[in-house]
Amino acid sequence: MKVSVDMGACHGHQMCAIAAPEVFGSDELGNAKVLITGDLPPELEAKARRAESNCPERAIVIS
Amino acid sequence: MTDTRKPVENMLTDYDIFEPSFIANPYPGYSEIRESECPIAHTDRYEGSWLPTRYEDVVAIAQEYEVFTSRGILVMPPPPGQAEGAYGGVAAPPITSDPPDHHWHRRLILPVFAPQAVAKYEQSTRDLCNALIDEFIDKGTADAAADYAQHIPVRVISNMLGVPLDMEDTFTGWVRGVLENMHDVELRKRSRLAIIEYFLAQVEDRKKNPRENDLISELMNTEVDGKKVPIEYVLGVCNLMLVAGIDTTWSAIGSVMWHMAQHPEHRKQLRENDDLWPTAIEELLRVYAPVTMARIVDRDIEFQGCPMKAGDRVLMAFPAANRDPRQFENPDEVILDREHNRHVAFGSGIHRCAGSNLARLEVRVALQTWLARIPEFELVDPATVTWAGGQVHGPRSCMVKF
Ligand code: HEM
Ligand code: SF4
Repeated sequence: MKVSVDMGACHGHQMCAIAAPEVFGSDELGNAKVLITGDLPPELEAKARRAESNCPERAIVIS
Repeated sequence: MTDTRKPVENMLTDYDIFEPSFIANPYPGYSEIRESECPIAHTDRYEGSWLPTRYEDVVAIAQEYEVFTSRGILVMPPPPGQAEGAYGGVAAPPITSDPPDHHWHRRLILPVFAPQAVAKYEQSTRDLCNALIDEFIDKGTADAAADYAQHIPVRVISNMLGVPLDMEDTFTGWVRGVLENMHDVELRKRSRLAIIEYFLAQVEDRKKNPRENDLISELMNTEVDGKKVPIEYVLGVCNLMLVAGIDTTWSAIGSVMWHMAQHPEHRKQLRENDDLWPTAIEELLRVYAPVTMARIVDRDIEFQGCPMKAGDRVLMAFPAANRDPRQFENPDEVILDREHNRHVAFGSGIHRCAGSNLARLEVRVALQTWLARIPEFELVDPATVTWAGGQVHGPRSCMVKF
Protein backbone atom coordinates (compact mmCIF):
# COMPACT_ATOMS: atom_id res chain seq x y z
CA MET A 1 0.00 0.00 0.00
CA LYS A 2 1.22 3.50 -0.94
CA VAL A 3 -0.10 6.97 -0.11
CA SER A 4 0.10 10.26 -1.94
CA VAL A 5 -1.53 13.67 -1.56
CA ASP A 6 -3.23 15.71 -4.26
CA MET A 7 -1.54 19.02 -3.47
CA GLY A 8 -4.10 20.96 -5.46
CA ALA A 9 -6.79 19.75 -3.08
CA CYS A 10 -4.79 19.82 0.18
CA HIS A 11 -5.43 22.95 2.24
CA GLY A 12 -3.40 22.08 5.27
CA HIS A 13 -5.97 20.85 7.78
CA GLN A 14 -3.24 18.57 9.19
CA MET A 15 -5.80 15.91 10.11
CA CYS A 16 -3.60 13.40 8.30
CA ALA A 17 -0.60 14.16 10.50
CA ILE A 18 -2.82 13.89 13.56
CA ALA A 19 -4.11 10.47 12.52
CA ALA A 20 -0.84 9.07 11.15
CA PRO A 21 2.19 11.14 12.21
CA GLU A 22 4.55 8.42 10.98
CA VAL A 23 3.21 8.77 7.45
CA PHE A 24 2.26 12.46 7.09
CA GLY A 25 3.98 15.63 8.20
CA SER A 26 3.86 19.28 7.30
CA ASP A 27 5.75 21.36 4.77
CA GLU A 28 6.88 24.92 5.46
CA LEU A 29 3.38 26.25 4.74
CA GLY A 30 1.58 23.68 6.86
CA ASN A 31 0.33 21.64 3.93
CA ALA A 32 0.77 17.88 3.86
CA LYS A 33 4.14 16.24 3.31
CA VAL A 34 4.23 12.51 2.69
CA LEU A 35 7.00 11.06 4.86
CA ILE A 36 6.91 7.55 3.46
CA THR A 37 6.65 7.64 -0.30
CA GLY A 38 7.31 3.95 -0.96
CA ASP A 39 5.35 0.95 0.28
CA LEU A 40 4.06 1.42 3.80
CA PRO A 41 5.08 -1.08 6.45
CA PRO A 42 1.97 -3.20 7.12
CA GLU A 43 1.62 -1.94 10.70
CA LEU A 44 1.00 1.61 9.40
CA GLU A 45 -1.68 0.72 6.88
CA ALA A 46 -4.60 1.07 9.28
CA LYS A 47 -3.36 4.48 10.41
CA ALA A 48 -2.91 5.63 6.82
CA ARG A 49 -6.48 4.59 6.06
CA ARG A 50 -7.65 6.49 9.07
CA ALA A 51 -5.78 9.57 7.83
CA GLU A 52 -7.56 9.25 4.50
CA SER A 53 -10.94 9.13 6.19
CA ASN A 54 -10.19 12.21 8.29
CA CYS A 55 -9.03 14.53 5.52
CA PRO A 56 -11.79 17.14 4.99
CA GLU A 57 -10.53 17.88 1.47
CA ARG A 58 -10.42 14.22 0.38
CA ALA A 59 -6.89 14.95 -0.81
CA ILE A 60 -5.26 11.66 0.21
CA VAL A 61 -4.95 8.95 -2.38
CA ILE A 62 -4.29 5.37 -1.34
CA SER A 63 -3.05 2.92 -3.93
CA MET B 1 -31.61 46.24 26.72
CA THR B 2 -35.05 44.76 26.08
CA ASP B 3 -35.36 42.37 23.21
CA THR B 4 -37.70 43.92 20.69
CA ARG B 5 -37.20 41.40 17.89
CA LYS B 6 -40.27 39.72 16.52
CA PRO B 7 -40.59 36.03 17.40
CA VAL B 8 -39.30 33.50 14.89
CA GLU B 9 -42.30 31.83 13.32
CA ASN B 10 -40.59 29.41 11.00
CA MET B 11 -36.94 28.38 11.07
CA LEU B 12 -36.97 27.64 7.35
CA THR B 13 -38.14 31.09 6.25
CA ASP B 14 -37.41 33.38 9.18
CA TYR B 15 -34.38 32.15 11.15
CA ASP B 16 -32.60 34.60 13.41
CA ILE B 17 -29.07 33.73 14.49
CA PHE B 18 -29.21 36.45 17.15
CA GLU B 19 -32.36 35.13 18.82
CA PRO B 20 -31.54 34.36 22.51
CA SER B 21 -32.71 30.74 22.58
CA PHE B 22 -30.84 30.01 19.34
CA ILE B 23 -27.73 31.63 20.79
CA ALA B 24 -27.96 29.46 23.92
CA ASN B 25 -28.48 26.24 21.96
CA PRO B 26 -28.42 26.42 18.15
CA TYR B 27 -28.35 22.66 17.51
CA PRO B 28 -32.09 21.87 17.57
CA GLY B 29 -32.70 24.74 15.12
CA TYR B 30 -29.88 23.63 12.83
CA SER B 31 -31.16 20.10 12.78
CA GLU B 32 -34.74 21.20 12.15
CA ILE B 33 -33.52 22.96 9.00
CA ARG B 34 -31.07 20.26 7.95
CA GLU B 35 -33.61 17.44 8.25
CA SER B 36 -36.42 19.35 6.52
CA GLU B 37 -37.25 19.20 2.83
CA CYS B 38 -35.49 22.51 2.41
CA PRO B 39 -32.09 22.20 4.11
CA ILE B 40 -31.08 25.67 2.93
CA ALA B 41 -33.15 28.11 4.96
CA HIS B 42 -33.71 31.76 4.14
CA THR B 43 -34.45 34.81 6.25
CA ASP B 44 -35.30 38.39 5.40
CA ARG B 45 -33.80 39.61 8.67
CA TYR B 46 -30.63 41.75 8.60
CA GLU B 47 -31.10 42.46 4.90
CA GLY B 48 -31.51 38.77 4.13
CA SER B 49 -29.36 35.62 4.00
CA TRP B 50 -29.37 31.92 3.13
CA LEU B 51 -28.40 29.22 5.61
CA PRO B 52 -27.15 25.89 4.18
CA THR B 53 -26.93 23.23 6.89
CA ARG B 54 -26.00 19.93 5.20
CA TYR B 55 -22.35 18.90 5.16
CA GLU B 56 -22.34 18.41 1.42
CA ASP B 57 -23.85 21.83 0.67
CA VAL B 58 -21.68 23.74 3.13
CA VAL B 59 -18.51 22.15 1.73
CA ALA B 60 -19.60 22.75 -1.87
CA ILE B 61 -20.12 26.46 -1.15
CA ALA B 62 -16.78 26.79 0.64
CA GLN B 63 -15.06 25.19 -2.36
CA GLU B 64 -16.76 27.38 -4.99
CA TYR B 65 -14.89 30.58 -4.24
CA GLU B 66 -15.59 32.13 -7.63
CA VAL B 67 -19.34 32.09 -7.08
CA PHE B 68 -19.35 32.44 -3.28
CA THR B 69 -16.96 35.30 -2.62
CA SER B 70 -15.41 36.58 0.59
CA ARG B 71 -16.29 40.23 -0.14
CA GLY B 72 -18.43 39.96 2.98
CA ILE B 73 -17.95 37.30 5.63
CA LEU B 74 -20.33 38.67 8.22
CA VAL B 75 -24.03 38.10 7.95
CA MET B 76 -24.76 41.72 8.81
CA PRO B 77 -23.75 44.22 6.15
CA PRO B 78 -20.95 46.60 7.24
CA PRO B 79 -22.01 49.98 8.61
CA PRO B 80 -22.83 52.37 5.74
CA GLY B 81 -19.85 54.29 4.45
CA GLN B 82 -17.19 52.01 5.94
CA ALA B 83 -15.46 51.29 2.65
CA GLU B 84 -15.18 54.98 1.73
CA GLY B 85 -14.45 56.22 5.26
CA ALA B 86 -11.22 56.42 7.26
CA TYR B 87 -9.03 53.35 6.66
CA GLY B 88 -11.64 52.04 4.24
CA GLY B 89 -8.93 49.97 2.55
CA VAL B 90 -8.12 48.02 5.69
CA ALA B 91 -9.91 44.68 5.67
CA ALA B 92 -8.88 41.44 7.35
CA PRO B 93 -6.73 39.57 4.82
CA PRO B 94 -6.70 36.74 3.93
CA ILE B 95 -10.16 36.00 5.28
CA THR B 96 -11.75 38.93 3.42
CA SER B 97 -9.68 38.41 0.25
CA ASP B 98 -10.59 36.63 -2.96
CA PRO B 99 -8.22 35.15 -5.55
CA PRO B 100 -5.89 36.25 -7.02
CA ASP B 101 -4.82 38.46 -4.06
CA HIS B 102 -5.95 35.86 -1.56
CA HIS B 103 -3.08 33.67 -2.65
CA TRP B 104 -0.28 35.98 -1.49
CA HIS B 105 -2.33 37.35 1.41
CA ARG B 106 -2.51 33.79 2.75
CA ARG B 107 0.88 32.57 1.57
CA LEU B 108 2.71 35.21 3.64
CA ILE B 109 1.18 34.17 6.95
CA LEU B 110 1.03 30.39 6.51
CA PRO B 111 4.61 29.70 7.66
CA VAL B 112 3.89 31.48 10.95
CA PHE B 113 1.06 29.04 11.66
CA ALA B 114 2.52 25.72 10.45
CA PRO B 115 2.51 23.01 13.15
CA GLN B 116 6.27 23.14 13.61
CA ALA B 117 6.11 26.95 13.96
CA VAL B 118 3.32 27.09 16.54
CA ALA B 119 4.93 24.38 18.68
CA LYS B 120 7.13 27.08 20.16
CA TYR B 121 4.08 28.63 21.86
CA GLU B 122 3.23 25.46 23.77
CA GLN B 123 5.27 26.14 26.89
CA SER B 124 4.23 29.79 27.22
CA THR B 125 0.60 28.78 26.77
CA ARG B 126 0.95 26.16 29.49
CA ASP B 127 2.57 28.72 31.79
CA LEU B 128 -0.18 31.23 31.27
CA CYS B 129 -2.87 28.58 31.89
CA ASN B 130 -1.14 27.65 35.13
CA ALA B 131 -0.96 31.29 36.18
CA LEU B 132 -4.71 31.67 35.60
CA ILE B 133 -5.46 28.54 37.63
CA ASP B 134 -3.23 29.82 40.49
CA GLU B 135 -5.67 32.72 40.86
CA PHE B 136 -8.67 30.57 41.71
CA ILE B 137 -7.60 27.07 42.65
CA ASP B 138 -7.83 27.73 46.39
CA LYS B 139 -11.33 29.13 46.12
CA GLY B 140 -12.93 25.84 45.07
CA THR B 141 -14.95 27.62 42.43
CA ALA B 142 -14.25 29.54 39.22
CA ASP B 143 -15.85 30.83 36.07
CA ALA B 144 -14.34 28.47 33.50
CA ALA B 145 -15.30 30.88 30.71
CA ALA B 146 -14.62 34.32 32.18
CA ASP B 147 -11.74 33.49 34.56
CA TYR B 148 -10.03 30.95 32.32
CA ALA B 149 -10.96 30.46 28.64
CA GLN B 150 -11.41 34.17 27.93
CA HIS B 151 -7.82 35.06 28.93
CA ILE B 152 -5.92 32.40 27.02
CA PRO B 153 -6.13 33.27 23.27
CA VAL B 154 -5.84 37.01 23.80
CA ARG B 155 -2.58 36.55 25.68
CA VAL B 156 -1.21 34.12 23.10
CA ILE B 157 -2.01 36.57 20.29
CA SER B 158 -0.59 39.58 22.14
CA ASN B 159 2.58 37.59 22.64
CA MET B 160 2.78 36.71 18.93
CA LEU B 161 2.15 40.28 17.79
CA GLY B 162 4.58 41.68 20.35
CA VAL B 163 2.19 44.06 22.10
CA PRO B 164 1.87 44.58 25.86
CA LEU B 165 -0.25 42.07 27.79
CA ASP B 166 -2.02 44.86 29.66
CA MET B 167 -4.05 45.51 26.50
CA GLU B 168 -5.91 42.27 27.15
CA ASP B 169 -9.22 43.69 28.37
CA THR B 170 -9.19 46.44 25.77
CA PHE B 171 -8.64 43.92 22.95
CA THR B 172 -11.39 41.71 24.31
CA GLY B 173 -13.76 44.68 24.38
CA TRP B 174 -12.93 45.65 20.80
CA VAL B 175 -13.38 42.12 19.52
CA ARG B 176 -16.75 41.78 21.21
CA GLY B 177 -17.70 45.16 19.78
CA VAL B 178 -16.98 43.95 16.26
CA LEU B 179 -18.27 40.39 16.53
CA GLU B 180 -20.78 39.92 19.29
CA ASN B 181 -22.73 43.15 19.34
CA MET B 182 -23.30 43.51 15.63
CA HIS B 183 -26.59 45.34 16.10
CA ASP B 184 -24.89 48.31 17.62
CA VAL B 185 -23.58 49.97 14.47
CA GLU B 186 -21.83 52.81 16.29
CA LEU B 187 -20.04 50.39 18.59
CA ARG B 188 -18.96 48.29 15.62
CA LYS B 189 -17.54 51.33 13.86
CA ARG B 190 -15.79 52.58 16.97
CA SER B 191 -14.28 49.18 17.77
CA ARG B 192 -12.96 48.71 14.25
CA LEU B 193 -11.37 52.16 14.18
CA ALA B 194 -9.87 51.62 17.62
CA ILE B 195 -8.20 48.40 16.45
CA ILE B 196 -6.77 50.03 13.33
CA GLU B 197 -5.54 53.14 15.12
CA TYR B 198 -3.92 51.07 17.82
CA PHE B 199 -1.96 49.00 15.32
CA LEU B 200 -1.10 52.04 13.23
CA ALA B 201 0.58 53.47 16.34
CA GLN B 202 2.38 50.14 16.86
CA VAL B 203 3.68 50.29 13.28
CA GLU B 204 4.83 53.90 13.69
CA ASP B 205 6.61 52.97 16.89
CA ARG B 206 8.44 50.13 15.15
CA LYS B 207 9.57 52.47 12.39
CA LYS B 208 11.29 54.60 15.03
CA ASN B 209 12.41 51.73 17.25
CA PRO B 210 12.92 48.68 15.06
CA ARG B 211 12.39 45.32 16.76
CA GLU B 212 12.83 41.73 15.82
CA ASN B 213 10.91 38.58 16.43
CA ASP B 214 7.42 39.89 16.53
CA LEU B 215 4.80 39.39 13.88
CA ILE B 216 4.11 43.09 13.31
CA SER B 217 7.81 43.75 12.56
CA GLU B 218 8.02 40.66 10.36
CA LEU B 219 5.01 41.74 8.35
CA MET B 220 6.38 45.27 7.96
CA ASN B 221 9.59 43.88 6.53
CA THR B 222 7.99 41.38 4.18
CA GLU B 223 8.43 41.99 0.47
CA VAL B 224 6.29 40.88 -2.42
CA ASP B 225 7.69 41.29 -5.93
CA GLY B 226 10.57 43.34 -4.52
CA LYS B 227 8.33 45.83 -2.74
CA LYS B 228 7.39 46.12 0.93
CA VAL B 229 3.81 44.99 1.48
CA PRO B 230 1.33 47.88 1.77
CA ILE B 231 0.52 49.21 5.22
CA GLU B 232 -3.13 48.26 4.69
CA TYR B 233 -2.04 44.64 4.56
CA VAL B 234 -0.05 44.87 7.81
CA LEU B 235 -2.94 46.58 9.61
CA GLY B 236 -5.42 44.16 8.08
CA VAL B 237 -3.55 41.11 9.32
CA CYS B 238 -3.29 42.60 12.83
CA ASN B 239 -7.03 43.27 12.70
CA LEU B 240 -7.59 39.70 11.57
CA MET B 241 -5.45 38.22 14.35
CA LEU B 242 -7.72 39.88 16.87
CA VAL B 243 -11.06 39.16 15.25
CA ALA B 244 -10.26 35.64 13.99
CA GLY B 245 -7.93 34.43 16.72
CA ILE B 246 -9.50 35.48 20.00
CA ASP B 247 -13.28 35.08 20.22
CA THR B 248 -13.17 31.86 18.21
CA THR B 249 -10.60 30.03 20.32
CA TRP B 250 -11.93 31.34 23.62
CA SER B 251 -15.38 30.05 22.60
CA ALA B 252 -13.96 26.63 21.72
CA ILE B 253 -12.06 26.35 25.02
CA GLY B 254 -15.15 27.49 26.93
CA SER B 255 -17.39 24.90 25.27
CA VAL B 256 -14.86 22.17 25.95
CA MET B 257 -14.71 23.16 29.64
CA TRP B 258 -18.52 23.21 29.80
CA HIS B 259 -18.62 19.73 28.26
CA MET B 260 -15.96 18.28 30.55
CA ALA B 261 -17.67 19.68 33.64
CA GLN B 262 -20.64 17.48 32.78
CA HIS B 263 -18.81 14.36 31.61
CA PRO B 264 -16.70 12.62 34.28
CA GLU B 265 -16.41 9.58 32.00
CA HIS B 266 -14.61 11.66 29.36
CA ARG B 267 -12.28 13.17 31.94
CA LYS B 268 -11.46 9.66 33.08
CA GLN B 269 -10.82 8.43 29.52
CA LEU B 270 -8.41 11.29 28.87
CA ARG B 271 -6.64 10.78 32.17
CA GLU B 272 -6.12 7.10 31.50
CA ASN B 273 -5.13 7.25 27.86
CA ASP B 274 -2.66 9.82 26.59
CA ASP B 275 -2.98 8.53 23.02
CA LEU B 276 -6.57 9.69 22.96
CA TRP B 277 -5.78 13.41 23.01
CA PRO B 278 -5.32 14.13 19.30
CA THR B 279 -8.60 12.55 18.19
CA ALA B 280 -10.39 13.84 21.30
CA ILE B 281 -9.55 17.46 20.47
CA GLU B 282 -10.78 17.01 16.87
CA GLU B 283 -13.99 15.43 18.14
CA LEU B 284 -14.64 18.26 20.59
CA LEU B 285 -13.99 20.78 17.80
CA ARG B 286 -16.42 18.91 15.59
CA VAL B 287 -19.24 18.87 18.12
CA TYR B 288 -18.72 22.40 19.43
CA ALA B 289 -17.52 24.10 16.23
CA PRO B 290 -17.88 27.75 17.24
CA VAL B 291 -17.70 29.53 13.88
CA THR B 292 -20.07 30.22 10.97
CA MET B 293 -18.88 32.30 8.01
CA ALA B 294 -20.70 34.17 5.29
CA ARG B 295 -20.14 34.55 1.56
CA ILE B 296 -21.52 36.99 -1.00
CA VAL B 297 -22.97 35.49 -4.16
CA ASP B 298 -21.16 36.86 -7.22
CA ARG B 299 -23.82 36.20 -9.88
CA ASP B 300 -27.38 34.92 -10.07
CA ILE B 301 -27.39 31.14 -9.74
CA GLU B 302 -29.61 28.32 -8.68
CA PHE B 303 -27.96 26.33 -5.92
CA GLN B 304 -29.74 23.12 -4.85
CA GLY B 305 -33.00 24.59 -6.09
CA CYS B 306 -32.53 27.91 -4.29
CA PRO B 307 -32.66 30.99 -6.51
CA MET B 308 -29.65 32.95 -5.27
CA LYS B 309 -29.11 36.46 -6.59
CA ALA B 310 -25.87 38.40 -7.06
CA GLY B 311 -25.16 40.16 -3.76
CA ASP B 312 -27.07 37.69 -1.57
CA ARG B 313 -25.42 36.57 1.64
CA VAL B 314 -24.94 32.89 2.41
CA LEU B 315 -24.02 31.78 5.90
CA MET B 316 -22.09 28.52 5.96
CA ALA B 317 -23.23 26.69 9.08
CA PHE B 318 -20.10 24.65 9.84
CA PRO B 319 -21.56 23.62 13.23
CA ALA B 320 -24.64 22.20 11.47
CA ALA B 321 -22.52 20.43 8.85
CA ASN B 322 -20.44 18.86 11.61
CA ARG B 323 -23.56 17.19 13.02
CA ASP B 324 -25.00 15.99 9.73
CA PRO B 325 -25.99 12.32 10.15
CA ARG B 326 -25.27 11.79 6.42
CA GLN B 327 -21.60 12.39 7.19
CA PHE B 328 -21.15 11.40 10.85
CA GLU B 329 -22.52 8.40 12.72
CA ASN B 330 -24.34 9.39 15.93
CA PRO B 331 -23.48 13.00 15.20
CA ASP B 332 -24.70 14.49 18.49
CA GLU B 333 -22.65 12.10 20.56
CA VAL B 334 -19.11 12.91 21.68
CA ILE B 335 -16.94 9.88 20.81
CA LEU B 336 -13.40 10.77 21.83
CA ASP B 337 -11.81 8.15 19.59
CA ARG B 338 -14.12 8.69 16.61
CA GLU B 339 -12.65 6.86 13.63
CA HIS B 340 -13.93 8.92 10.68
CA ASN B 341 -13.94 12.63 11.31
CA ARG B 342 -13.72 14.92 8.27
CA HIS B 343 -15.03 17.80 10.37
CA VAL B 344 -15.11 21.35 9.03
CA ALA B 345 -14.89 23.40 12.23
CA PHE B 346 -12.02 25.22 10.50
CA GLY B 347 -13.84 25.57 7.21
CA SER B 348 -12.96 23.94 3.91
CA GLY B 349 -11.15 24.94 0.74
CA ILE B 350 -8.84 27.90 0.18
CA HIS B 351 -9.87 29.79 3.34
CA ARG B 352 -9.25 26.86 5.70
CA CYS B 353 -8.47 28.46 9.05
CA ALA B 354 -4.83 29.49 8.86
CA GLY B 355 -4.69 29.50 12.66
CA SER B 356 -6.03 25.97 13.10
CA ASN B 357 -2.78 24.47 14.39
CA LEU B 358 -2.45 27.23 16.96
CA ALA B 359 -6.13 26.91 17.91
CA ARG B 360 -5.88 23.16 18.52
CA LEU B 361 -2.70 23.65 20.54
CA GLU B 362 -4.47 26.21 22.73
CA VAL B 363 -7.55 24.03 23.24
CA ARG B 364 -5.44 20.99 24.10
CA VAL B 365 -3.06 22.79 26.45
CA ALA B 366 -5.94 24.60 28.18
CA LEU B 367 -7.73 21.34 28.89
CA GLN B 368 -4.61 19.35 29.78
CA THR B 369 -3.39 21.98 32.22
CA TRP B 370 -6.79 22.25 33.87
CA LEU B 371 -7.30 18.47 34.17
CA ALA B 372 -3.81 17.99 35.63
CA ARG B 373 -4.61 20.39 38.46
CA ILE B 374 -8.40 20.13 38.75
CA PRO B 375 -9.25 16.56 37.74
CA GLU B 376 -12.77 16.63 39.20
CA PHE B 377 -15.19 19.53 38.74
CA GLU B 378 -18.83 20.17 37.90
CA LEU B 379 -21.19 22.97 36.93
CA VAL B 380 -22.48 25.03 39.85
CA ASP B 381 -25.86 25.38 38.12
CA PRO B 382 -26.46 24.57 34.45
CA ALA B 383 -29.19 27.21 34.32
CA THR B 384 -26.78 30.08 35.02
CA VAL B 385 -24.43 29.36 32.10
CA THR B 386 -24.63 32.22 29.57
CA TRP B 387 -23.73 32.05 25.88
CA ALA B 388 -22.66 34.37 23.10
CA GLY B 389 -23.81 33.58 19.61
CA GLY B 390 -24.30 34.96 16.17
CA GLN B 391 -21.32 33.88 14.09
CA VAL B 392 -19.17 32.78 17.03
CA HIS B 393 -20.77 30.52 19.61
CA GLY B 394 -19.48 29.77 23.10
CA PRO B 395 -20.11 30.25 26.81
CA ARG B 396 -19.42 33.66 28.36
CA SER B 397 -20.05 32.61 31.95
CA CYS B 398 -19.74 29.04 33.20
CA MET B 399 -19.38 28.67 36.97
CA VAL B 400 -17.83 25.41 38.11
CA LYS B 401 -16.97 24.03 41.58
CA PHE B 402 -14.27 21.59 42.61
C1 HEM C 1 -11.09 27.08 17.59
C2 HEM C 1 -10.71 28.22 17.08
C3 HEM C 1 -10.94 28.65 15.68
C4 HEM C 1 -11.93 28.30 14.80
C5 HEM C 1 -13.10 27.35 15.04
C6 HEM C 1 -11.68 28.99 13.56
C7 HEM C 1 -12.47 28.87 12.44
C8 HEM C 1 -12.19 29.43 11.22
C9 HEM C 1 -12.96 29.22 10.02
C10 HEM C 1 -14.23 28.40 9.94
C11 HEM C 1 -12.34 29.88 9.02
C12 HEM C 1 -12.77 29.90 7.56
C13 HEM C 1 -13.33 31.19 7.17
C14 HEM C 1 -13.94 31.21 5.80
O1 HEM C 1 -14.10 30.16 5.16
O2 HEM C 1 -14.30 32.30 5.38
C15 HEM C 1 -11.19 30.54 9.58
C16 HEM C 1 -10.30 31.32 8.87
C17 HEM C 1 -9.18 31.89 9.42
N1 HEM C 1 -8.75 31.81 10.74
FE1 HEM C 1 -9.61 30.71 12.18
N2 HEM C 1 -10.55 29.75 13.69
C18 HEM C 1 -10.06 29.56 14.95
C19 HEM C 1 -8.92 30.12 15.50
C20 HEM C 1 -8.03 30.90 14.80
C21 HEM C 1 -6.79 31.43 15.32
C22 HEM C 1 -6.24 31.17 16.71
C23 HEM C 1 -6.23 32.18 14.33
C24 HEM C 1 -4.95 32.95 14.30
C25 HEM C 1 -4.35 33.47 15.23
C26 HEM C 1 -7.09 32.10 13.18
C27 HEM C 1 -6.83 32.68 11.97
C28 HEM C 1 -7.57 32.50 10.84
C29 HEM C 1 -7.21 33.04 9.55
C30 HEM C 1 -5.97 33.85 9.22
C31 HEM C 1 -8.23 32.68 8.66
C32 HEM C 1 -8.34 33.06 7.20
C33 HEM C 1 -7.70 32.08 6.28
C34 HEM C 1 -7.95 32.42 4.83
O3 HEM C 1 -8.91 33.13 4.52
O4 HEM C 1 -7.15 32.00 3.98
N3 HEM C 1 -8.17 31.32 13.50
N4 HEM C 1 -11.10 30.23 10.94
S1 SF4 D 1 -5.70 16.35 6.12
FE1 SF4 D 1 -5.90 16.54 3.93
S2 SF4 D 1 -5.99 18.69 3.54
FE2 SF4 D 1 -5.19 18.40 5.54
S3 SF4 D 1 -2.99 18.45 5.38
FE3 SF4 D 1 -3.65 16.37 5.30
S4 SF4 D 1 -3.91 15.99 3.15
FE4 SF4 D 1 -3.85 18.17 3.36
